[in-house]
This record gives sequence, structure tokens and C-alpha cells, in this order.
Amino acid sequence: MKTIFEQSVPGRPGVGLRELKKDLTGLIPQELARDGLPCLPQVSELDVVRHFTRLSRLNFGVDSHFYPLGSCTMKYNPKFIEQAASLPGFSRLHPLIPQFRGAGHFAQGALEVIYETERLLCEITGMAGFTVHPMAGSHGELTGAMIIAAYHKDKGRNRSKVIVPDSAHGTNPASAAIAGFDVISLESRDGIIDPQALEAVLTEEVAAVMMTCPNTLGLFEQHLPRIVELVRSVDALLYYDGANLNAILGKMRVGDAGFDVVHLNLHKTFGTPHGGGGPGSGPVGVCARLVDFLPVSRVGKQEDGQFFLSYGHPKSIGYVAPFYGNFAVYLKAYAYILRLGREGLIRVSENAVLAANYLRKRLENHLEIPFNRTCMHEFVASAVRQAAKGVRAVDIAKALLDKGHHAPTVYFPLIVKEALMFEPTETESLDTLNQFVDDLIAILEEVEQDPAVAQSAPQKTPVSRLDEVKAARNLELTDQCRLVD
Amino acid sequence: MIPDDLLYTSSHEWVRLSDQDALIGITDFAQCQLGDITFIELPSTGDTVTQGHEMGSIESVKAASELNSPVSGTVLEVNAELDGAPEKINQDPYGAGWMIRVRLSESPKGLLSPEEYKPLAECSE
Amino acid sequence: MPYIPHTPDEQRRMLNVVGVSSLEELFAEIPPNLHPKSFDLPEGLGEYEVMRHLETLAEKNNTRLVGFLGAGFYDHAIPAAVDFLTARGEFATAYTPYQPEASQGLLQAIFEYQTAICRLMDMEYANASVYDGGTALYEAMMMAVRQTKRRKIVVDACVNPIYRRMLDCYTSNLQLEMVVISHQEGSSDLPALFKAVDTDTAAVIVQNPNFFGVLEDFSELFAHASSKRALNIISVYPLMQSILKTPGAMGADIATAEGQSLGLPLSFGGPYLGMMACSKALIRQMPGRIAGRTSDGEGRTGYVLTLQAREQHIRRQKATSNICSNQALCAMRAIVYLCLMGPQGLANTATHCAELAHYAAMRLLKLPGARMLSERPFANEFALVLPKPAYAVIDRLTRRGYLPGFPLGRYYPGLENVLLIACTEKNTREDIGILKELLGGAL
Repeated sequence: MKTIFEQSVPGRPGVGLRELKKDLTGLIPQELARDGLPCLPQVSELDVVRHFTRLSRLNFGVDSHFYPLGSCTMKYNPKFIEQAASLPGFSRLHPLIPQFRGAGHFAQGALEVIYETERLLCEITGMAGFTVHPMAGSHGELTGAMIIAAYHKDKGRNRSKVIVPDSAHGTNPASAAIAGFDVISLESRDGIIDPQALEAVLTEEVAAVMMTCPNTLGLFEQHLPRIVELVRSVDALLYYDGANLNAILGKMRVGDAGFDVVHLNLHKTFGTPHGGGGPGSGPVGVCARLVDFLPVSRVGKQEDGQFFLSYGHPKSIGYVAPFYGNFAVYLKAYAYILRLGREGLIRVSENAVLAANYLRKRLENHLEIPFNRTCMHEFVASAVRQAAKGVRAVDIAKALLDKGHHAPTVYFPLIVKEALMFEPTETESLDTLNQFVDDLIAILEEVEQDPAVAQSAPQKTPVSRLDEVKAARNLELTDQCRLVD
Repeated sequence: MIPDDLLYTSSHEWVRLSDQDALIGITDFAQCQLGDITFIELPSTGDTVTQGHEMGSIESVKAASELNSPVSGTVLEVNAELDGAPEKINQDPYGAGWMIRVRLSESPKGLLSPEEYKPLAECSE
Repeated sequence: MPYIPHTPDEQRRMLNVVGVSSLEELFAEIPPNLHPKSFDLPEGLGEYEVMRHLETLAEKNNTRLVGFLGAGFYDHAIPAAVDFLTARGEFATAYTPYQPEASQGLLQAIFEYQTAICRLMDMEYANASVYDGGTALYEAMMMAVRQTKRRKIVVDACVNPIYRRMLDCYTSNLQLEMVVISHQEGSSDLPALFKAVDTDTAAVIVQNPNFFGVLEDFSELFAHASSKRALNIISVYPLMQSILKTPGAMGADIATAEGQSLGLPLSFGGPYLGMMACSKALIRQMPGRIAGRTSDGEGRTGYVLTLQAREQHIRRQKATSNICSNQALCAMRAIVYLCLMGPQGLANTATHCAELAHYAAMRLLKLPGARMLSERPFANEFALVLPKPAYAVIDRLTRRGYLPGFPLGRYYPGLENVLLIACTEKNTREDIGILKELLGGAL
């Protein structure tokens, strides 16, 4: 499809064109002014609407396709939460308004949203305090890692290492490293953390252990109580990557279980749309002894019910966001939580786990499943058998696109060869799951007959497999400039 | 493919020693593990490199890693061909894919013989 | 339950296939002593009930104030088509485009966004965005640290103080030397910046228009820094960038911006859009997603995420950044906005905002005791020194439905009497007239 730049016609007026009443050249002194106009498209409103509508049709989303992308929780995003976020009382509110002395009363509704969201997240996870400031899951990890660093620094000790299991999301080690820690990778055993292996690397230099539970293989970490004990014994902190919280809502609270720091991905567990890669929201919860280290500002509530912003927290790590994080995103999660309520959230985890196990059982005779026991909300299969025929995980993923399904996550976690990670979520009907299973089995049977079909998939998508080597060798990251008259 | 007349490192660089000079590249195993190489960054002529320390980086579609210098010395020559055609490393890692020539400042220690390197280069695929 | 489609019969059939008799059995691995001590949440509500509650909360926020508040975040008009197009489920409910064949729409839109950002900034390459303008500035700084392998950063105090606080927070555990150069009556102290940049400096960080609204030309500073092999980083205001000297023309190595002014609502602080553009030489230091153009086996043009080897899912602790998302839907808003406005539309809007601000300055300077903090050129925002504390003036005027600006004393000790006043195309000359009257009454 032509780019919007290729559709540009010099002189065509856009919708934004505002006639200036007088000649204003000279308002900005020439040495500080731009030389000529920026080379942007000159198109009509209809051109723009048609272009982006057509582009949208080249895209799979949850609204149009089953999207069992493991680890990403591509559940249905209720539409009313979009309406909630676009209420003018929220969308037009300037973030600096409550920061003037005495002006907090202009933003009472927004401050209440923050206060209540944090309170609800505390109850859901069993943590003592929450901040909604981190702007994505990985940003939550970084915030959590900085809180951990501040805690140890406050205790006057130098803890330079963070332990991360080899099954962890790549963001865990990256976030720990960016917060200034050295990362120790911990090898899993039978798909989960081996307490003995942990004990062997757990020294007085360790600041924290980062865990995902259920882990990225979709397995519950059965040795969790022992792990908590070990981590406590050296006064390190236990970090919970909340990417998979949707498996244990109402079944276990990470605070009760002994975790000290947790980040959540609201765009996963709490139904806010992923937006094609963002914006997300990654609130961080902490246990009581870490509350003082949370980022500023904090929202408090006076006895008379008025909400206020507070900044006087000397141990705080400071500002991780310009204001209060992605307000319009956690506002949607707040609406989602209120809509589902206690029962609804418990049903979310139960049905997410049910759907994953259903898929796992239906597929176990067709794909290798390395840790084939009751899984949580997702499971990892392996295409090793198909790889022997020359059909790799990526080929199966592409063949699924031709059947009208989004692919599962491939090649993650790294510890499973030819990994295919499925997460069906609670919102997909049995019919959809069955159709997916039938289509996947048909693909796998075809692999036995004619591997070339999967190898050359997809054929029904707008483009077939793209040359990534060419993209990286001959970088073309922008379109050519087309003249502006 | 591990030529008999070269020395190796555990990080999969090869060295061809001659008098006071060393020619350096990465092994066939390394290029096979990386896949299609898309970019390479090397030191410039005149730079000093230190054995076991980073001297550049290499990137493919699926991986990126540092290049460690297997020797210490001054860079005499850089394979300029690689800049526009990093695929030469995939095609001919021990020939046209060579990376730099170094004037040794001291004789390198602990390099691996072909026999010693071989077990490190068992490609699992 | 809302959004869970299974009938009791279907649920039973699924349990049978799994081979368990109840849903509880699926959670048998969670030991009883780890069961929740409490899960005291309200009962679920109907959609209408939740909306009614949220409408009540929304109404408690006063968004009817006639505003002259900017300070880096501006209330510009947003064409309706921006909301309409970006709300499409194919964009909004997609994930990061890991399967390019099923994500060409998003990938091409990101490619077009990158193109537009490069044109606006006059830079060579851009990424697909990061969280916000402050994060963009931090990531730019870390690009410079990695590229130069130096650890000293020179920061102009005229850079948005909110961003400077974010830099302080992010770098608290990294051994970086942050040298902040004080402002001179709201302008950059160029001689001091010159002097501070030396051969140990990784980057010099500046902003245009600066936080006080003052326009600067950093060309000479950048040339000097380049001669010391330090990198030049500039944070800009993208809408005004359509009429102001570009980062590229000044010789910047990295340009960043808060993209909120390009079609994003204020939304009480987010989500916003961190824009990043750089020179070709620095592309491998760039964090985040990058879309590139290529072709498929049949020669058809297509788009992919490229240079992914830099990223955390491959490099783990050695990645250029831990960021694994971009603000895709916000970037989509920006590209749609820029296309709707067009180059002339954008420049005219920027000029109109600047003209209103100049009109406001002219009117407000007639107030007794009022003067400009800086006599240097400005665009759509300026700092006005009052004979009284700005906080008190704001208190008085908000009661009359006017929000006259931002009190600079909040971040700059000594500037307690200074009000930072911004104009956008939403303001009118009539508003400015009333503002003048109200201000006059408050002084």
C-alpha cells in the first residue's frame, strides 16, 4: 500500500489549515525560525481517514482474530472502558492543576481514581502500598529494582547482585541491569526454580530474587515457601513479576505469600487494550517496610474525605514519571475491576486456567509438551518433532495466520527448544478454541504429508514472509521526502 | 570446519599468527550460530586492542554480541570490505571474512589449539 | 460473568477433557497456606453503574477553567478524526507487531510516524517512541553514555525541571556526574555551558523553547560540544517545531520531545508520547522499537521491526534499554494528527499560538509592576514577573474561573513572583482581555 507521503499533493489543504489574518512573518526572528515548512503529507481529511482505515484492515487484533499469544494475555477489552477514559472531566484535565497550593480541589475526582485504584490493587495482591506511576510493565520492573536498591542503600549496605531464573522474561535482567545491578542467571530444574541451586548462589551480596509465578512455562513454582525462607535468610527481597497474575486472582495473594515487591501489567490482567504495543501501565506494589521508598507524588486522603498530593517522603526514589503515570490506562483498569468485582476476578483466573488446560489436553498428542502437567493460564509446547521434518515453530506460527488465527508466542521461553507458547484467556468461547485446535491439528497433519506448505506460509496475508536480513542490512527507516511547495 | 593452522578462543575468534602480526576473525561455528550477519563494528587502524577485552561488536537478525580481541597490540589494517558486505563473514569466515590485522605488543597467552577448540564448537543444530 | 462466554455445560465438557472434576482442582498446586488471607473487593457492577460512578468522579474535576497553563503540556485542539481512527479495534487491540504478516497496518503506520518525526525534527532516524518526553530524554542521555563511554552530563537548568527530576531518579544508582548550569533570567547561560563541556563530557542536554518559553539557537554550543566529541541532545516542542529552527539545523545528535501536543489529550498526565530521533551514526544505540521497510519473497513492499538484536528479549541484561513497549497507539495519534494538519496547517497553528502569546504579553505588560523575565524572543509561552507571589494570584483567579499560568517558584527558588503563561489556538483575544482585567484586580 502506498504510504501517506506518496499520496501527498503539493498545495492540498489539510483539515488543520487555519487562515492567518495577517502576515506574521517576523514574529519569530529569522535566526530562530525554521527554514521552510516540514516535509509532511499534504492530504485531505478523507485521504487520511481512508488511508488509516485501509491500514487497519491489514492488521490482526483481538477484536478481529483469536490471539493466543502466550505471556501477553490478549483477552477481550471491554468497550465501555474506552468511554470511561474519554470522559471530558478526565481527558481534559491538566496534570499540573492539583500541584498548586490549594488547587487540589480542582482534581478531586482524578485523585480519587488514583487513591482507589491503588487501594484495590493492594487488596487484590495483599501488598501494603502501591504506586500507579510506572508507565509499562518493564517500567514497573525498573521502578521495583530502584526501590530494592534504595532499601539496601538505606540499610547502609552494598548489595550488587540480582538473581533471575533462566525462564524469566528478558525484561527482568534488562531492568535489573539498568537499575545498576549485576545479574546472576539461575538455571531451572523440571521447569521451575530449584531451591538448592538458589541456595548455592544466594549470598550477602544479593539484593533480590526476581520471580514470575506461575512462571513463563505456565507452571506454578511449587517450592515457593522454601524460596521465601531462603531469600529472607539473607535479607534479600523477593520480587514478583506480575505478568502472569491473571492465573492466580483470588487464589493466592503475592503479599501473603511473602513477596516484597510486585509489578502488574494492567494491559494483561485487567483488560486494558495493548494498543499495538502500548500505552501500558505497570503499577508497583510493596510490602510495609518498603512503602517509604515508593515514587513521589503520593495521593493521601484527609479525615474529611478530601484527597491530596504529598511530596514529603525523604526516602522516596523520586520521579519515575512526569506526573502520575498513564492515568487514562489505569482508569480503564479501575473501571474493569469495578465491573467484574470480587467474583468476576476469581472467575477470570479459573476460566483462564481452564481454557489453557483444555488446549493443552487437546494438543498433547500432536505437539511435544515438555512439562506436561496441570498448567496455569498458559502452557509451552515444542515443535521438536516437526523440526525433524524441517518445519520449525515459526513455520507453524505462520501457517496459523493463514487459518485466520494469530500465532502463539514462539521461541520463548528460551529454555524450551522450538517453543510455542499458548495463552487462550478466559474470554474465548469453546467454539473458538475448538476451531483453533482443529486448524492447528490440520496444519500438523499436513506437516507429515507436505512440509513445504507450512514452510512457505503465510500466503493469505497481505504480504508473505518478509526479508528481515535485508531490512537490517539496508536500513530504510523513513520514506523519501516529497516536495512541499 | 576448524582449520588446523589457526589458533582459537573460547569466545569463537580465530587468530592467524605470523611473525609479529595477527590476523583475526570469527569461526565458522560463530557465524553459523549468529545466522545472517547484518552489521559489524570494528576498531580503526591505529587503535590499541587488549587480549580478552572488547574490540567491537557484531549483529545478526537474531543476535548481537561483543567481539573480544584474542591478542594485544595495535591495529594495522581493517577489512573495509565488511562494512558494506557483512555477509562475507557468513560466506567465508576464515578468508574474505577476516576482520583486523594487529601488530602484537606481547605474545598472546592461553589461545586454544584446533583440538582444544573443537569440543567448544559442536553445533547442536 | 461479563466477558466469560462459557455455559455451565461447556465448562463441564472442558473439565472432562482436562480430566478434573472441578475448577478448584486446577489450582491444587497452590498449597493451602498460600490461599488468600483476604480478597475483600466490592461486588461487580453493571456497565451503566460503573459509568455513572466514573461520571460523578469526572465531574468533580474542574476542566472548565479558562487556561493559560502549559509548562511543557498543552491544551491544543484535536481533530475528531484522530479519536475515530485510533479507536479502531484492529489497532487498539493488537499487540506489538511480532508477526509482521499480520501487522502490516501498524508497522506501516509506525514507519510513517518515524518519517514524520524525522521531517519535523530534521533528523535522519527515529524510533517508534518511548513512554514520554522525560523518558526520551533519559534514554537519549544513556545513548550518549554508551556511545562516548564517558560519564559526565552537562544539563541546562532551562530544561523542564520535571524531566530533570526524572533524570535524577533514574541515575541515582549509576555512577554519572550530572552538572547543572543555572539559567540567567530565564535564558540559557551559554558561556557557562560552553565552559562545562569538555573531553570528559558524554552529552550536553538543552531544550528549545526552553522551560521559560525563551527561544534559543544552540548551533554554536553544539559545534563546540562536537569538537570535544560530546553528543548534543535537545528536547523540543513538536507542534511549535513547525516554525522554529530545527534540531537538525542546529547540529543536534539526538532530538527528543514530548509528543502530547500532536493530538493527545492532557488526560491528567498520560499516556503521552516520548519522541526520539537521532543521526544515522547513533541508530544502534537507539532504544525501543524501530520499523523498517523491506520486501517479501514476491517482491512486495512490507514492513518489519528491525534491529531487534539490540533489545531486551534477545540481549537480556546487555540490552540497550529495558523498554519493551512503545506508545504505539499514541504514536498513531501523532501521525494521524500530523497528516490531518499538513505542513502549512501545522505552521499556521503554531504561528497563531505564538501571535496570541505576543498579544497577551503586550496586554499584560501594561499592568503596573509587570515585566518580562527575559527580553529574549519567545513563541507561545512567556514568563511574566509580577509584583506579587504568583501562587496568590493563581488562588484569586481560579476562583473566577481563570487559570492564569504556572507558578515558576514551584521549581525555581527566587522566581516566586513569576508566572509562566502559555497560549494555544483554544485561547481567544477576549479571554486574554479578561485575564488582563482579572490580573489587574489581583495585583
